[in-house]
Amino acid sequence: MDRYTTHEHDVLVIGAGGAGLRAAIEASAADVNVGLVCKSLLGKAHTVMAEGGVAAALANVDDRDNWRVHFSDTMRGGQYLNNWRMAELHAREAPDRVRELEAWGAVMDRTKDGKILQRNFGGHKYPRLAHVGDRTGLEMIRTLQDHGIHRGITVHMEATVFRLLKDGDRVVGAFGYDREHGRFLLYRAKAVVLATGGIGRAYSVTSNSWEYTGDGHGLAYDAGADLVDMEFVQFHPTGMVWPPSVRGILVTEGVRGEGGILKNKDGRRFMFDDIPDLYKDQTADTPEEGWRYVTGDKDARRPPELLTRDHVARCIVREVKAGRGSPHGGVFLDIAWIREKIRDSEAHIRKKLPSMYHQFKELAGVDITTQPMEVGPTTHYVMGGIRVDGDTQMSTVPGLFAAGECAAGLHGANRLGGNSLSDLLVFGKRAGEHAAAWAKDHDAGTVGEDQATDAMRACLAPLERDGNGENPHALQRHLQTMMQDHVGIVRNERDMTHAVEQLADFRARAAVVAAPGSRQYNGGWHTCLDLPNLLTVSEAVARSALDRTESRGAHFREDHPAKDPSLAGHNTVVRRASDGTMEVSRLPIPALREDLKAIIAEMG
Amino acid sequence: MPKATFRIWRGERGDGAWVDFETEVSEGMVVLDAVHDIQAEQAADLAVRWNCKAGKCGSCSAEINGMPRLMCMTRLDTLPLDEPVTIEPMKAFPHVRDLVTDVSWNYEVKKRIKPFKPRPPDAADGTWRMAQEDVERVQEFRKCIECFLCQDVCHVLRDHHKHDSFIGPRFLVHTAGLEMHPLDTEDRLADLKEKQGIGYCNITKCCTKVCPEHITITDNAIIPLKERVVDEFYDPIAKLFRIFRPKKTE
Repeated sequence: MDRYTTHEHDVLVIGAGGAGLRAAIEASAADVNVGLVCKSLLGKAHTVMAEGGVAAALANVDDRDNWRVHFSDTMRGGQYLNNWRMAELHAREAPDRVRELEAWGAVMDRTKDGKILQRNFGGHKYPRLAHVGDRTGLEMIRTLQDHGIHRGITVHMEATVFRLLKDGDRVVGAFGYDREHGRFLLYRAKAVVLATGGIGRAYSVTSNSWEYTGDGHGLAYDAGADLVDMEFVQFHPTGMVWPPSVRGILVTEGVRGEGGILKNKDGRRFMFDDIPDLYKDQTADTPEEGWRYVTGDKDARRPPELLTRDHVARCIVREVKAGRGSPHGGVFLDIAWIREKIRDSEAHIRKKLPSMYHQFKELAGVDITTQPMEVGPTTHYVMGGIRVDGDTQMSTVPGLFAAGECAAGLHGANRLGGNSLSDLLVFGKRAGEHAAAWAKDHDAGTVGEDQATDAMRACLAPLERDGNGENPHALQRHLQTMMQDHVGIVRNERDMTHAVEQLADFRARAAVVAAPGSRQYNGGWHTCLDLPNLLTVSEAVARSALDRTESRGAHFREDHPAKDPSLAGHNTVVRRASDGTMEVSRLPIPALREDLKAIIAEMG
Repeated sequence: MPKATFRIWRGERGDGAWVDFETEVSEGMVVLDAVHDIQAEQAADLAVRWNCKAGKCGSCSAEINGMPRLMCMTRLDTLPLDEPVTIEPMKAFPHVRDLVTDVSWNYEVKKRIKPFKPRPPDAADGTWRMAQEDVERVQEFRKCIECFLCQDVCHVLRDHHKHDSFIGPRFLVHTAGLEMHPLDTEDRLADLKEKQGIGYCNITKCCTKVCPEHITITDNAIIPLKERVVDEFYDPIAKLFRIFRPKKTE
């Protein structure tokens, strides 16, 4: 059998986006030995793609804002399926986490009096998103990276974790391989933090990069942890739709925050046609009022383009299905129109949305300062994930923690824009802190040799088939198309039942997948090893979505188009049953604490 | 659909050869799309590093028709397709396999640069005040996506292999971002002169030309740093002051 190299850490953090970096920094501050594993190079994780900003009630632009409003907005956006303790901690702690970034060197845009500037975003009552133009994620990851490299953290770049290792019920390490040489790695750790991000690569149209194959979800599930809320996948309303090769790439909500409007092919501003009851009182009656809102009039209400992402995405799908879409199957997003309102609008747009300007100019040949963009929904984010304790971020498996997108709870049925970057910071810190505390209280545990041997055998199998088997790239593409078609934005029982059946076939095909070539930087082999996680998350999404026979937040069932009040009180949980099959159950949501209930009542 | 030929450098640890692949091209395609199609259909083990495919992460750096560029931001309709499009790995770093190079040197260099050290907070609540016009200069440098194309094109690294004594344009930009940060109090000038080889740069501006983020590397970052180093160590009047200034240790 092959050999492996062993690394020993007190805390092992898997994933080096915002949550993983923040967790590693916090754990190292507690004076424990920290290892940080990243699937790609340091600083390249998907956090880098976040554009609009980080939500925190700093009240720098509107002094009416405070954590209570932010809490209430987050719960409303999540249709009250959120883990309310997480929503509370998030709203309370986000301002300190953002200010801390500044102490570590971040350079955010400023208000006139020199404070951190904040912008409007969908579902946030007041301007709340601290930002740097439209490249906030880059600023955040670089700040954390540059701070983290001086903290004594051991970084394992371009390494992929294939399996978690257990001692009895407890997680005590991980097994993986380095991408460059294909050498095996065994990490022993007293505590493991998963911060692996999302599952976007289960779909064909996505804003996510190749890394987002649901690794943390799959690893945790295989280790016996609960996944929760997996039916809630966010389709961001505005991805690029043309040219074909860039379909799915994100177009920031910041475009709408700066005054961008959505129009169909007839030029109609269709978002005014359907405003949900929950938001009627908060939404502008006229385009004029909407414009006043985005330009800072505190008496104005938000334009309907800034309704929550789930709703905007469905309105776009409706327009396209009704034959009122743009030439390439989307709708028009127009920021150029603001030239009617402000002088020198072209320079203003380039200043506020520099990377959008650049992206459309170079990839689509469109000048957004003079022409509308064509946009449509793209798979962007999964609200569901590993079920964790709100305070400590520990999963249902001892010693296993999770933070960021791979953890669930904060966002409920739908995430508000800007609440992801703040989620990474708030709960990354908490996960790091509590993982370090756990590591101090526990010994290293023991890892049976058979666990390593078994993992190595599974990793090598696709290479040993010597090219005689399924092509992993083709299999992944088929899976993505199937998920997009059957478990996408608009769902029904027939399609999803079909999807679950198909997934069984996909599993059989994935078991005989083959990668030609050597173990050195072999993309085909890596794809083979990503497939089991993709299949787990695909099945979890499909089964959870079948179980929720209503439409709520990001989950829309055309066979059950209304909200069902009888389904408002639980989260959907999946876990691996003792016979290896996926088991779905319903977990009642604990009663909301009285003081938090009062906040929600007060905010209306 | 029309076809085009892609001549890709394949091999391991510096040994290799050009291999031609023919694949279909469609409207709006970028070089990385063609590489992915080749990987999916003709060469599953083709090694290529990429992430965001939107010009934001700086992973897919390569040399396309001899020019250092991001594969994800190079549209095929900007290249002549009646002849093969050549794609090869960056030259300033050790070769790993096919289009992938070992860029870990860059990460080691960054660790040696003194980190951000802010002045005490301006307000009682622990926050600072900065004017937008004062942060804009630094924000330009902080746009850097660490694609290392500037390092690749720099002749000090590429041709003269001064990796031990020169940190390269990327890290001069990084240092400029720290030195010109309105809150920073650290002094990095001696390191720039003694350890980081700022004198090696002779301002050919190749780095500025290849930067996909359009950072004015030479004019806005390197030249001002050179001026600061000169003012600190070579200004004759300042030198005179230093000679007559009583030394603390005596």
